[in-house]
Amino acid sequence: MPKIRDIVQKVRSKNAGPFWLTIDIFCGSEAAFQQLQTKLKTDAVARLYGADSQLLKRFDMADLNVVKISLPRPATQGAVDDRDMHGASWAALLAEMEL
Amino acid sequence: MVRVLVPSGALGLNYDKEALARGVAAKPDIIAIDGGSTDSGPSYLGRGVSKYARSSTKIEWAGLMEARAQAGCPLVIGTAGTCGADSAVDWMLDITREIAAEQGRPLKIAVLRSSQEPATIAQAYAAGKVTPLPNAPEIDADLIESCTNIVALAGVEQITKALDTGADIIIAGRTTDTAIIAALPLQKGCHPGGAWHGAKIGECGALCATNPQSGVILIDFDADGFTVTPLADGAQATPHTVSAHMLYENSDPYILYEPGGHLDVTGAAYTALDDRSVRVTGSKWVASDDYTVKLEGARGAGFQTVLMALIRDAHYVEHAERWAGDIVAKCSAKVIDRLGVDEDAFTIEIRIIGKTASFGGLETNHATPPEVGAIGIVTARTESLSQEIGKMLNPYLLHHPLTVEEEVPTFAFLFSPAEMPRGQTFEFALNHVLHLGDPMAAFSLELHDHA
Repeated sequence: MPKIRDIVQKVRSKNAGPFWLTIDIFCGSEAAFQQLQTKLKTDAVARLYGADSQLLKRFDMADLNVVKISLPRPATQGAVDDRDMHGASWAALLAEMEL
Repeated sequence: MVRVLVPSGALGLNYDKEALARGVAAKPDIIAIDGGSTDSGPSYLGRGVSKYARSSTKIEWAGLMEARAQAGCPLVIGTAGTCGADSAVDWMLDITREIAAEQGRPLKIAVLRSSQEPATIAQAYAAGKVTPLPNAPEIDADLIESCTNIVALAGVEQITKALDTGADIIIAGRTTDTAIIAALPLQKGCHPGGAWHGAKIGECGALCATNPQSGVILIDFDADGFTVTPLADGAQATPHTVSAHMLYENSDPYILYEPGGHLDVTGAAYTALDDRSVRVTGSKWVASDDYTVKLEGARGAGFQTVLMALIRDAHYVEHAERWAGDIVAKCSAKVIDRLGVDEDAFTIEIRIIGKTASFGGLETNHATPPEVGAIGIVTARTESLSQEIGKMLNPYLLHHPLTVEEEVPTFAFLFSPAEMPRGQTFEFALNHVLHLGDPMAAFSLELHDHA
C-alpha cells in the first residue's frame, strides 16, 4: 500500500495557536488530490494522532489541491508532556501513513 | 487608497534592505511589523521577555526608524518583545529611546499596553465575562491568579486609538497579528473584508510569495479589496502563493476570528496583475454584536533539569525503551525513599531520541537505528529538588544494566556535569476570550515625547 508521502508533494504541520495543530497536505496535482480525497479516512487520521474525531476539522480544498486537517494538539504547546514546540514534526506521522 | 509597508514577518527575523528602500520610495502611509507570537512557547510570556537578542532587535528597529523618518509616516510594532507583556513593551520602549537619542530626531511615541491583572481577570471570570474557545483547558479563579503574565490581544479599535494620537511610533503590547496592518485601511474607509484579508496575507511578510525569506512586501488597500506586491529581487506573489497563505498556522482556512467579528474569505477571488502582484476581492467581514478579545496566560509548571546520554551498544539500542522504563521506576522509588517527597512533587521522564522521542506511543516506524540518545527530563516543584533528583538520575543514565547478570555498562555523557538546569518551566493556561463593553476597557494608552 502506498504511503501518503508517495503520492503527494508535501505534508506540513504547524501550531494554530498553543492548543491546536493544523496539517496541510499539498497534493501537487488534481489526480493526487482526488486519490487522497477518496482514500484518506478522517477517523484513521484521528486515531493516528490519538485525537477525538468529533473535534477534528477537515477541509478538502479542490482549488488548491490541498487537504487540510486541524485537530487538538496531542499535548498543549510547551507543556511538560509536549514533544514538539512548533508542531512541525507531527507532519511526518501522517506522511508515513499508508492509504 | 492606503499603502502599508511590511518589512518582515517579525522584528528579529531580518529584512532585505534594498527591498525596504524600494518600499520607502513607494511612499507608504504606514510601516507595520509584528514583534512576536506564541509560537516559541510559554516561557516568553511566563517570564515577560523577548525571544530575540537585544542587539539584533536594536539593529533592525533602528533601520525601520530610519525608514519611517524618510517615508514621513507612522511606524507600528505589534506584540512587542515576543509576548507583548508590559515588561517586554518597556524593553522595546527602552531600545526605541536609545535609538532616538542616537539618531537625534524628536519623536512622539505611543505605547499601548495589553497586560492584565490576574486578579481582575479572575473577577471577570467569576462574572461570566471569560469564556472558553474550542479545546480550552479547565480553569478556575486560583489558576487564573497563579499566572505570572496574562495579556489580551488588541484589535483594530485599540490600534486606531493609538494612531489617533498622531504618534510617529506606536509600540503595542499583545495584538492580533492582523490588527496593526488592518487598522489604518479600516480607519480610512477601505473595504473591511479586504482590509482584514490583506492584513492576514501580509502579517508574515513575504511568506505569501516566492523567496519567502526576503521579508518585505507592500499592500495597497482600496474600496474593493487589496493588492499585494513583494519587493525583493526575484520575489513573486501568485494567486496560488497568496491564497495558500490562508492555510498557514490557521485551523480554518476560510474563517479568521478577530475582536469584533470575523473574516470570511470563502468568496475571495485572486487575480494576477502581472508576474509579481496579486489582487484580491470578494472577502467579507462579518461584524459581531459581542466584542471579545482573546486572552493568553502562562504560569509556572515546575523546575527542570535535563541530562543526556548517547547509547551506541546494539543490545541497549534495541532495548532502549525497556531500559528507560526501568530507570524511571527505580530512580522514582529512590527519590521518594531518600528525599521523603510525595510522588506528585516531581516527574522523571526519559525520551529515546532515534526511536520515540518525537511521537511517543503514537510512533508507527519501529526500525532500529545504529544509536539513540536518552534525554532525561526531571520536573519538580522547586529548583533545588529538581537539581537533587537530576544528580540521582545521573548514575542510572551512566551505568544502568538491563539485567542484574550482565556486566555494568557505561554510556556516553556529552558534558561534565551531565545535569543541565533549565530553571523554571512554564505552561499556557488560557485559551479563552474576555467580553468587553468598551474595547479600551482592558487596554491603556500613554504618550512619550522624545525631544
